[in-house]
Amino acid sequence: MNIDEKGFNQDFQFEAPMAPKRTRLQEFWLLFRQNRLAILGLFIFILFFCCAIMGLFITSGPDPLFDPAMIRLQEKLRPPLAKPNLDSLRREEIPCLGFYLMGTDDLGRDVFARMLQGAWVSLTVGFVAVGISVLIGIFMGGVAGYFGQHHIRVDHILMTILLISGAGLVMAHSIRFGAVLLCLTLAYIFYSFFTQNRSGEKSVPSWAKVFRKSAVSVDTLIMRIVDIMLCFPSFFLILTVVALLPASIYNIMIVIGLTSWMGTTRFVRAEFLSLREQDFVAAVKTLGASNFRIIFRHMMPNAIAPVLVSATIGIATAILTEAGLSFLGFGVPPPHATWGNILSDGKNFIFDAPWLTFIPGIAILIVVLSFNLFGEGLRDVLNPKLRERH
Amino acid sequence: MELLNKDKQIVLRVQNLKKYFPIRRGFFQKIAGWVKAVDDVSFEIEQGKTLGLVGESGCGKTTVARLILKLLEPDHGKIIFRGSDIGEFTEKDMRPIRKEIQIVFQDPFGSLNPRMTTGLSIEEGLRILGIKRGRKRKERLEKLLKMVGMSPDSADRYPHEFSGGQRQRICIARALSVDPSLVVCDEPISALDVSIQAQIINLLKDLQDRLGLSYLFISHDLNVVSYLCSTISVMYKGQIMESAPAEELFENPCHPYTMSLLSAIPDPEPGIKREIELVEPDLSDSLITSNGCNFQGRCSIEEPRCLEEKIGFEKVGEKHFVRCWKAAKK
Repeated sequence: MNIDEKGFNQDFQFEAPMAPKRTRLQEFWLLFRQNRLAILGLFIFILFFCCAIMGLFITSGPDPLFDPAMIRLQEKLRPPLAKPNLDSLRREEIPCLGFYLMGTDDLGRDVFARMLQGAWVSLTVGFVAVGISVLIGIFMGGVAGYFGQHHIRVDHILMTILLISGAGLVMAHSIRFGAVLLCLTLAYIFYSFFTQNRSGEKSVPSWAKVFRKSAVSVDTLIMRIVDIMLCFPSFFLILTVVALLPASIYNIMIVIGLTSWMGTTRFVRAEFLSLREQDFVAAVKTLGASNFRIIFRHMMPNAIAPVLVSATIGIATAILTEAGLSFLGFGVPPPHATWGNILSDGKNFIFDAPWLTFIPGIAILIVVLSFNLFGEGLRDVLNPKLRERH
Repeated sequence: MELLNKDKQIVLRVQNLKKYFPIRRGFFQKIAGWVKAVDDVSFEIEQGKTLGLVGESGCGKTTVARLILKLLEPDHGKIIFRGSDIGEFTEKDMRPIRKEIQIVFQDPFGSLNPRMTTGLSIEEGLRILGIKRGRKRKERLEKLLKMVGMSPDSADRYPHEFSGGQRQRICIARALSVDPSLVVCDEPISALDVSIQAQIINLLKDLQDRLGLSYLFISHDLNVVSYLCSTISVMYKGQIMESAPAEELFENPCHPYTMSLLSAIPDPEPGIKREIELVEPDLSDSLITSNGCNFQGRCSIEEPRCLEEKIGFEKVGEKHFVRCWKAAKK
């Protein structure tokens, strides 16, 4: 029986030599290179990334090279490329380039320094928010796609509702009611655990069987949650949540992430539904691999392409949302510069100092456009129908 | 070794296997009927032997394969593998037994992960066997590839770089990576062209001789099956119509369906007239059956009794069973 016991030194006829080996990355690059606009997008993206990282280093710390918070009231609203009036400035107030590359704002702060600082905010907001939404999306979509046909029992749903409301009550300081609910839930969990172990379904009285019936499938539950989430106008949802929470950059990232995972969920679910029926998944299953391994090692790499595309475009949307929130004054709190609040500060001086609105506006436009172009290029390359056949 | 003691050993015994799929209609998805994909199928496979399962498309062959692999749950019946009824096993119970039964699929393009090198795909099985990453695993991988007639350096390549026949070899290597005792071949050659078909069949036969594998070979091609199988079961509409040792089936076919299948085999000698005319295919909902024999409407020797009674198996010869009362009487 064992393969090792037999000698397999004798060779069969070997197949003819094959085409030169090309890794997936090389192939991907060959295809991607043909799309000029996508290359432009990638180039701007890399430039923006470098600027943001560089900006973080030269605008922060105790003695930054460019100080975005340095106020020079005598130098306010200077146009771009204007030379500073060296007589009226102290030594440390002189901009390090020797002139104001992007002018100054109404408090005489260097707009270039503020833009650099804001670039880092935009970048982190984009990546962290999309990271959160992609993680949630992949998890929810994966569960809906792979375990979608499993059913959730009525009692499980009831218990979840009780548990959540109990925890909510405890957090809202009505500890007595909350504790009662939590105890009830715990008691039921223990009860069902022990009855299951002893004699299965038989010991359950007939009236309780209603609770053991399956209520909805996992797939239905998750996709209806997605539908509900999509019904909210998400920008106003974010506005409401941000108005309630203390203003901080992390809250904004989390809130944007929590309100934008639905698209990814749908993508991943759709991919999983088709992948689950494929023969290679069945083959891995018959080999004896665990569900976890099937999902993450075998199915996910095949489902990730559309997610990547939507994530790239999602980053652009997140940057826009953050800018919009900052513009409305709900975003990152004032001393910290972001493109949105530079824009918002500048709108009062739009006729006297148009650069205050144009510079961040055009920066947002270019970055968002580059992400969209890159995302679309990525989609074209990753779409198997557009690939040449081998 | 087990092979050396001459007494036969049953690897897999399937008894009264049934799988019905509900047909749901309407807004509330009410069950409007049942598709009897597998309806009372029984057979057994001996150690080191091959059982051929033959039938037209849609007759439930693949469902049988999926049931045996427990990719589907059977509704009724027993699947006894090495003495234990895996039909009732939960997914958790199945885990240690899974590797004993492997499958080679029909479509060589869909059965390999496009994002994994072939080496990684095969190593998945070695990992499950508990062979740690390293030299030992690599040696084993090379041995497997050599065994199926592939060069060892194809391990670093992706499936799209291979032809259909090569991919099927890789699939066989993957199936063998966990040392199975039973391999279910679900039409492994029907997607390949004829010259490659012969290679794969020879490979399968060779592997059987060397490793003592048992096969459940599913096909719609009686010629191929006759070359490879010791026993043949003919399936129609979810039921086994006739089951006999290969030679017996070819010499003495009893069921009218088997006869029509046999007459469909193209004869290499020109000018020989067919004895039995082909029955017209049944284009109605081919799996929803009413009372009586499943073959009704297409049968050349049909009688009123066939439409009413449920037809059971009749013994015709040694190991030769037929689901037709009329054929058995002759």
